[in-house]
Amino acid sequence: MKPSVYALALLSVAATPVMSAPAVPVDLPAYKEGQYVHQAPTLDDLMNDQSLNPNLREVILKGRDLFMNTQQKRGEYVFNDMNCKSCHMGEGRMNWSGPVWPAATTLPDFRGKNQHVNSLEERIAGCFSFSMNGKPPEYGSDDMLALVAYHQWLAKGAQVYETNIGGRGFGHLGREPAQAADYARGAQVYADNCAVCHGEDGLGQKHDGKVVFPPLWGDHSYNWGAGMARVFTAASFIKNNMPLGKPGSLTDQQAWDVALFVNSHERPQDPRYTGDAKETREKYSNFHKWTRYGTEFNGHILGQHDNTGDKPFLKPDVLRPRTFE
Amino acid sequence: MIITRRGGAFAALLLTTALAQAAGDVDRGATIVMQGDGQGGAPCLACHGSDGAGNDGAGFPRLAGLDAGYLAAQLRDYREGRRISAVMAPNASRLNDQQIEDVAAYYTVQTLAVTPAELPADLLAKGEQLVKQGDWDNYIVPCETCHGPGAQGVGATFPGLSGQHSTYLRQQLEAWKNGTRNNDPNQLMLAIAARLSDEQIQAVSAYLSQQPTRRVSP
Repeated sequence: MKPSVYALALLSVAATPVMSAPAVPVDLPAYKEGQYVHQAPTLDDLMNDQSLNPNLREVILKGRDLFMNTQQKRGEYVFNDMNCKSCHMGEGRMNWSGPVWPAATTLPDFRGKNQHVNSLEERIAGCFSFSMNGKPPEYGSDDMLALVAYHQWLAKGAQVYETNIGGRGFGHLGREPAQAADYARGAQVYADNCAVCHGEDGLGQKHDGKVVFPPLWGDHSYNWGAGMARVFTAASFIKNNMPLGKPGSLTDQQAWDVALFVNSHERPQDPRYTGDAKETREKYSNFHKWTRYGTEFNGHILGQHDNTGDKPFLKPDVLRPRTFE
Repeated sequence: MIITRRGGAFAALLLTTALAQAAGDVDRGATIVMQGDGQGGAPCLACHGSDGAGNDGAGFPRLAGLDAGYLAAQLRDYREGRRISAVMAPNASRLNDQQIEDVAAYYTVQTLAVTPAELPADLLAKGEQLVKQGDWDNYIVPCETCHGPGAQGVGATFPGLSGQHSTYLRQQLEAWKNGTRNNDPNQLMLAIAARLSDEQIQAVSAYLSQQPTRRVSP
């Protein structure tokens, strides 16, 4: 059997010597008419910009380093296997990959998630509290300043207060799919397209102790309060960023299905947990109506547990309401 | 269960690798490397050396220290026509699964220092940039994203690239690009290779050839 398969393969190659391979398209959504589009500067731009004070350049580079290798702060700011760049791909510069510069041009602004006006620092603290399952750098600290400097530099030349931004966030799939997402179909999409890197168990892969492919669920992934835990956020991220190098290669439905599959798995507790997942879901329903948290799945209430992953506490102190009364 | 052909073949491959990896025997592998498979296949050392050094000028890859699962998968792919090489086909075609595991077990434990070469600094700098930062504006992701820190490889699927000969790396990138090599899972490598310019291929191959290979545990 094998020789004939081999002969056939040889033959097909012989018939078309040096085929021109079909390149895998980079299939990203088009910007809508009237949208503001900003191309964030590159590392080369940073190094070559003679107008920058060298001390500032150094601080921006420090921020970039924290962004790219956030694991250097494992156990201090980060208690899972994520780096900022795990979700904000392409150094946080790429449109449709959660570009981070809009945080520098649109904040301070009111934010629905915590129902008050947030600064850029507070927005970054949100990422650390939820997506990194951690404890944010102190407001005003050197590390926070460095991260802010990196964000602001990526926004160089961008329009302040402009909110109709092309490529902001992850994409364009909207809040709900045309056809309901399906766990079993999602499991198949996962096995066919995602498991090769993230593992059949979803726990990612390391090499010599360093995270290469981040875990998508479990103790070392984003917690239940992370934006990515919302099925629509994950669907758009996946559609426009995954599999790596092949954005737009999954159908919209495949993206929805696999997002539902991934976000039906357990992960560390939402830092806003009241002790009851259903109650927490209700309390933060503007957020959790898009997640499966606090709902029943396979006979269990998702998120009804005291597991905070490697993080030895539930809620970082910076997560607090803010009023100006 | 419906699975795509690629996905199914890949899942099967993973399973086989996992089951067979422990079974490879270094001494039996050494015999095949030194003397051939006894059925007409050339001894591996003729091209790859008994130490797995390969030969840059001839385009023979370095095998020393590569992941055993990866090596075995490539031999199976040569044998079964998923990877095409006029040189490797006749030598792999009669190897049985056990012999493949044995050869892989032999070469994976070989340790060999990288031969330093005089290469232009600007070429190396450009290569380093691709390996560590990629070229996102052309949607070329950094090699390290999949091939791991230092591009030293991750598991049986993402081979170590560091210390590999530049001629072989260049030939393989060109083969992905023109479609003559296509045994990657889900076209992950094709996607990137097809976007690389000739200059980028030269640079990344040169840089990787000078990087230290993964540490092989004794």
